[in-house]
Amino acid sequence: MHQIIKTIDLTKEFQSSFPFRKITALADLSLKVTQGEVFGFLGPNGSGKTTTFKLLLGLLYPTRGKIFLWGEDHYKIELKAKIGFLPESPYFYNYLKAKEYLNLCGQLFEINAKERHNKINTLLERVGLQDHKNALIKTYSKGMLQRLGLAQALIHDPELLILDEPMSGLDPLGRKEVRDIMLELKAQGKTIIFSTHILSDVETVCDRVGIIIKGSLKDCGPIEKLLNPKIKSFEICIKGLPIETINNLRERGLPVIQRGEETFIRVEEAGVNDVLHNLLKKGGELISFIPQKETLEDLYVSQIKSIEK
Amino acid sequence: MKIIALAINTFREAIRDKVLYSLIFFAVLMIGISVILDNLTIGEPTKIIKDFGLASIEIFGVLIAIFVGIGLVYKEMERKTIYNILSKPVHRYQFIIGKYLGLVLTLLVEVLIMSIALFSILYFYEGKISFALIPAIGMIFVALMIITAFALLFSAFSTPILSGLFTLSFFIIGHLTPDLLELGKKAGSRSLQYLTEVLYYVIPNLEYFNIKGQVVHHVPLKEGYLYLASLYGILYISVIVLLSIVIFQSRDIK
Repeated sequence: MHQIIKTIDLTKEFQSSFPFRKITALADLSLKVTQGEVFGFLGPNGSGKTTTFKLLLGLLYPTRGKIFLWGEDHYKIELKAKIGFLPESPYFYNYLKAKEYLNLCGQLFEINAKERHNKINTLLERVGLQDHKNALIKTYSKGMLQRLGLAQALIHDPELLILDEPMSGLDPLGRKEVRDIMLELKAQGKTIIFSTHILSDVETVCDRVGIIIKGSLKDCGPIEKLLNPKIKSFEICIKGLPIETINNLRERGLPVIQRGEETFIRVEEAGVNDVLHNLLKKGGELISFIPQKETLEDLYVSQIKSIEK
Repeated sequence: MKIIALAINTFREAIRDKVLYSLIFFAVLMIGISVILDNLTIGEPTKIIKDFGLASIEIFGVLIAIFVGIGLVYKEMERKTIYNILSKPVHRYQFIIGKYLGLVLTLLVEVLIMSIALFSILYFYEGKISFALIPAIGMIFVALMIITAFALLFSAFSTPILSGLFTLSFFIIGHLTPDLLELGKKAGSRSLQYLTEVLYYVIPNLEYFNIKGQVVHHVPLKEGYLYLASLYGILYISVIVLLSIVIFQSRDIK
């Protein structure tokens, strides 16, 4: 597959003014994103996601390392015509109207006037801002700004989309809409790299994820490969257990939650047969039996914890 | 094309910002007040109106140039609006020049509005349009463009407050450079003289653009003076804008 993004040992250090020392925002990042892929960049705040994006876009200069976009040096200005970028909580000129702003963006991409006009209208419709196109941007809500941000990133029909926290500040409906747009773009064969800390978004749209913590990439690959496919434990939900049995389970140190008549127990894979058998014998009625695999959240949390140690 | 698009939107934004309205309002008010002063003065009528009017255009022009100019680049960084521009196929020099031209366009409109106010008052008194003032206003505008270039330069690497102070001091010193040179000569110290000479050539001599006195008092200008002064201004502006680009080019957009 054609490589769209390739970074080699990409490092960015910042100089703090006082006390005078170096802060490494990104350390030796080597990353490849191929054509048509949706790559999710996962990491806590301040882990280097935005720094990576700014380096890709030439807003920051790398301290060390190289960046190639479509196999070419990323400083080439023509390459930017193929990229759509949505910054984190995007800001715009307060005293412009959405229509004027998109017109400016279209001009910067050298789209001719007629095409610009059509595209702006289609895009405003698509992101649901049609009714607000003549209002000054300073009157917009956070969700509306995010939508406008998406519109300006899509105006030139880019091949690569770099989206920094595209779901932040959106309500559940707005998030679904953004997710749908991303899936639509993916179906059109676009390459997308986006950052987030909302794990469910990653699971629904990503082909691959990279977990970045404190400036270095900890894990990278398809979700199903990163996660341990083995079943870790089972969650048993059972009804009508006598109180002494429940106490007995607690005494054995098993995690037990009682909700009304129903008892939820989490049992390790090894002892599950015995426990279940025993409980049914005591007069319990099985409601559900769910195997628990490692989730992205488990992986993410364990990665962060291992770093903190 | 891209530069023009950036300039027009900078202009649009500046014009819609209410700070400017208040400045224009005060400028027009000042020109109005000159009428009262004129009534209190003996001598050739309307001289005070002309003097006061031109000075108002200059001072309020400088205020606008500094207020808007110092925020030109810094505000874009602070408000992160710049990410959306420089992530597109736009060279950094295009951004800087676009911003500069946008502000120059804003100043042009302000100066025009203030001039129309002044001309209207004078027409009411004299019954004719005072075309003689146009060169003086033109020179004020060139000086304003220089101030704006300085504001842009400082704005490319410093905070608005510092940029404002720097720009204001350049404006003040810019009017005192001949005195500075004189000071160096009189001081008798070789090194001080050297220093004042360097300052004299580095800091723009804004007095070149001050022909208000000559115009109001009908003193003829030397032949070709306006061309030479304009050329000096444009050269100066080119150097400062170029310097801003060089500084801005190597900056990280954090």
